[in-house]
Amino acid sequence: MRKVRSNAAEALADVLADGMTIMSGGFGLCGIPEALIEGIEASGAKGLTVISNNAGVDGIGLGRLLATRQIRKMISSYVGENKLFAEQYLSGELELEFNPQGTLAERIRAGGAGIPAFFTKTGVGTLIAEGKEVRRFGEDDYVMETGLVADVSIVHAWKGDPEGNLVYRMTARNFNPMMATAGKVTIAEVEHLVETGSFDPDHIHTPGIFVDRLIHVANPTKHIEQRTVRQRGEEVA
Amino acid sequence: MAWTRDQMAARAARELQDGFYVNLGIGIPTLVANFIPEGMDVRLQSENGMLGMGPFPYAGEEDADLINAGKQTITALPETSFFSSADSFGMIRGGHIDLSILGAMQVAENGDLANWMIPGKMVKGMGGAMDLVAGVKRVVVVMEHEAKGQAKLLRECNLPLTGKRVADLVITDLGVFSIARRGETDMRLIELADGVSLDEITAKTEARFTLALEEKAA
Repeated sequence: MRKVRSNAAEALADVLADGMTIMSGGFGLCGIPEALIEGIEASGAKGLTVISNNAGVDGIGLGRLLATRQIRKMISSYVGENKLFAEQYLSGELELEFNPQGTLAERIRAGGAGIPAFFTKTGVGTLIAEGKEVRRFGEDDYVMETGLVADVSIVHAWKGDPEGNLVYRMTARNFNPMMATAGKVTIAEVEHLVETGSFDPDHIHTPGIFVDRLIHVANPTKHIEQRTVRQRGEEVA
Repeated sequence: MAWTRDQMAARAARELQDGFYVNLGIGIPTLVANFIPEGMDVRLQSENGMLGMGPFPYAGEEDADLINAGKQTITALPETSFFSSADSFGMIRGGHIDLSILGAMQVAENGDLANWMIPGKMVKGMGGAMDLVAGVKRVVVVMEHEAKGQAKLLRECNLPLTGKRVADLVITDLGVFSIARRGETDMRLIELADGVSLDEITAKTEARFTLALEEKAA
């Protein structure tokens, strides 16, 4: 169980190859595995298919892999915050598959759980359902969606132990737990590397079996996309 | 004199009931949180993985790990829970959320709703909108009645759909319409905004509707 690696480069060294499919956790810039993304940037691996709810912003997160043109295809639900993305998509350099956010989350969950496909009512009668099997259950139509797996999943957690057990913090959890289950190799970056036995086993979010490698990234810079505040004394709804 | 954005949000807030779990979209729907009646218990869900969403933080207390679906910094409440995106959309798709209030580009008389893409323009993605309209028990649309002089309440949507027959209620700056999601197409005008005439709303609505104006509560 030698899961702990000293840095992103070492954790990624023998797992990356051109043309791979990579899952990358996070919602917006919240809970993204930023050190591992930068490790992929440094590796130069290209022609990547990246499954991630968003595509980062210019210069941060997956935006960096767009800048270096290492990404060939994105599978996402919302990419609105990235100018480079728009340019590359409109010029035909970048392929894009939109999934409804819940369908994306469930495809990843299903993939990690060994479920090749499932039926959902999300997207029935829309462009999303075109070319897919639609079946009626009861009084409603449902569209078949397939499970997703990846060659490598990279996730961010708040705390991890050498067993690979992970705990996430607040809304930085988002897509990370499902992606941890759906990678042939899953690599986690954790803000706090704690000793085995220090977690209450009842409070572990991702059991270590899903995590192959982890790195400790202390005090990472975190980014806020929309800083919204209220004034002291302001009426609270 | 049509309704302002705040008046539309206040009208949407009348759809809330005590004990409701509610998802609010971006834009005018977000303002609905300001009009939750005193003493009413409503839990706000944010589809990125949070139930029991609090107000914006005080300056200096922002936490990058605590955001809503619009990527805005927010706060937790004593009743807050956090969970994964899969659990979040399990709540949504599984019909556990009582009410979704969201914006739209177009709504058709049969309840078809379009709010995610304009062909020929850069598409940002549907995010969670398709899951919300398909899964939440009741879907309330809050939108301007027209866009640049073009009707948004139509016989048929001409933009790609977010969902088929998914809108239950449409609140615009000119009035309120109810829509049947099953059976025969049935769209009804149930309220006029203050100072809006039936002639005006009829002229600005392409969708066919019947009149079911209720006596306004005093």
